[in-house]
Amino acid sequence: MKLEMRDQPGQLVAALKPISAVGGNIIAVIHQREATTAAEALDVQIVLELPEGRLERLLELLREQGVNVVRIGEERLLYECTLIVIGHLMHTDLSDTVNQIDRTGSSEVTELSMVMPAISSPSSARITIRSTTRAEMKRAIQILRAVAEQKELLIIEPLEDA
Amino acid sequence: MRIALLGFGSVGQGIVRSILAKDLDITVTGLADSRSGIIDAGGVDLAAALARKEQGEPCGDPGISPTDVVERAEYDILIEVTPTNVETAEPALGYIRGALRRGRHVVTSNKGPIALAYPELRTLAEENGVFLKYEATVCGAIPLIHAIQEGIAGNAITRICGVFNGTCNYILTRMAAEGLTYEQALAEARDLGYAEADPTYDVEGIDAGIKLVILANTVFDMDTTLDDVERTGITLLSPEALQLAEDQDCTIRLIGEIIPRVGVLRVSPRIVAKTHPLVVEGTLNAVTVETDLAGDLTFIGKGAGSTETASAVIGDLLYIQSRHVQGS
Ligand SMILES: NC(=O)c1ccc[n+]([C@@H]2O[C@H](COP(=O)([O-])OP(=O)(O)OC[C@H]3O[C@@H](n4cnc5c(N)ncnc54)[C@H](OP(=O)(O)O)[C@@H]3O)[C@@H](O)[C@H]2O)c1
Repeated sequence: MKLEMRDQPGQLVAALKPISAVGGNIIAVIHQREATTAAEALDVQIVLELPEGRLERLLELLREQGVNVVRIGEERLLYECTLIVIGHLMHTDLSDTVNQIDRTGSSEVTELSMVMPAISSPSSARITIRSTTRAEMKRAIQILRAVAEQKELLIIEPLEDA
Repeated sequence: MRIALLGFGSVGQGIVRSILAKDLDITVTGLADSRSGIIDAGGVDLAAALARKEQGEPCGDPGISPTDVVERAEYDILIEVTPTNVETAEPALGYIRGALRRGRHVVTSNKGPIALAYPELRTLAEENGVFLKYEATVCGAIPLIHAIQEGIAGNAITRICGVFNGTCNYILTRMAAEGLTYEQALAEARDLGYAEADPTYDVEGIDAGIKLVILANTVFDMDTTLDDVERTGITLLSPEALQLAEDQDCTIRLIGEIIPRVGVLRVSPRIVAKTHPLVVEGTLNAVTVETDLAGDLTFIGKGAGSTETASAVIGDLLYIQSRHVQGS
């Protein structure tokens, strides 16, 4: 999710403590100059992961700290990963492969581009998965790996930072 | 400094040409190929031996075997550059053991003995008070092992990842640049001498896997074999897959990866941003070492070739000379 607040002196620091107090995990802090406001105030966005059911408590703590939350964005699927899969994708029921990931509830296949050169030759597809957490992303990739092994598909994973 | 040279092929000849061309203070007192050998305490006539080899003749006397050279020649350092055997490491393993037991230093470019028997050989070298060096076994000319063991000693290494096989990198570069199929790019690599008639060892990621095993066992003190490497080759890659990567400003490279903390050894094709430092062209190798103090270090260079590999062997030789043999 995303929290947006005005960047007034001390606000950011005041916001960070409650987040860790409720077990939240900060993914990014983004400063944004908003073109629409007349004042040259900066907006700050904090992108964070929050355990289920802690949002109310967090907002309460933030209010106590005098932090002025402008907007709460419920972006659930924060992590994105793009992979390429090669094999007989149609013969092996691609939609079943996608379903196995969507069924987790915490990961989704959000994009799929497929190229089929000829009926008998293997096709290639680029798959984008979005997940709620890093751990869920790992799980989704594990599912894909297991499916690939079973269906004799080749998965090409991205080289990511360790 | 006196050396004996076992193996007089691409690498062996590269070493001899460098010795002839430069003033390295190296005398070759023993030399052997698969069919012959020379032992000469006064120094082998290298130019003549090279000329015989270029004529397709044995380099020396068919009555002298490589084992004779190991056991009887007078040398300080054995240079072992015979063919790689990834199943038994022989006959190179026997030659190396023989030299170490005689109390002679060993420098090798041969992956077999280092991948299969490093702990034993290291102990043998220590017991005999000599060096065993193997820089050329991983990424040819790139001084990766030296950099890790000396240059960034004291750093904790969190990950090593890189392009360890020039043949695969050439094939993938060509598939991406020209839209070639895997078979077309392989045929081209063969024509240019970058791929063997049987390319299995390269394209199935075995060569890259063995290099990971060498790094794991030598610089991380792990005890791994090729079976511990999770390995996928490049034979099933399609031009369409490379195009799908290209559409997102990425490409596909065969990447070897070691994450020591969790014991991961992996060789597989990976999607890499085209701006990533590991995306090198043609037969080049590239390796990124991720450390706690130095940050990320990326090394790029030729992973194979006669003089390039000779460069790594000579570096090891001069290392030993400067620390040990000097004055002897
Ligand atoms: N070439 C590279 O760029 C490169 C890079 C890194 C590491 N390496 C490694 O370095 C080593 C040498 O490679 P290379 O390319 O020079 O190979 P090569 O051109 O095939 O030469 C091998 C040499 O070893 C000799 N030989 C074969 N069996 C032997 C035996 N049982 N005893 C003694 N000598 C024997 C051969 O004799 P004949 O001349 O009689 O055939 C030849 O002179 C290999 O282990 C290779 O994996 C090579």
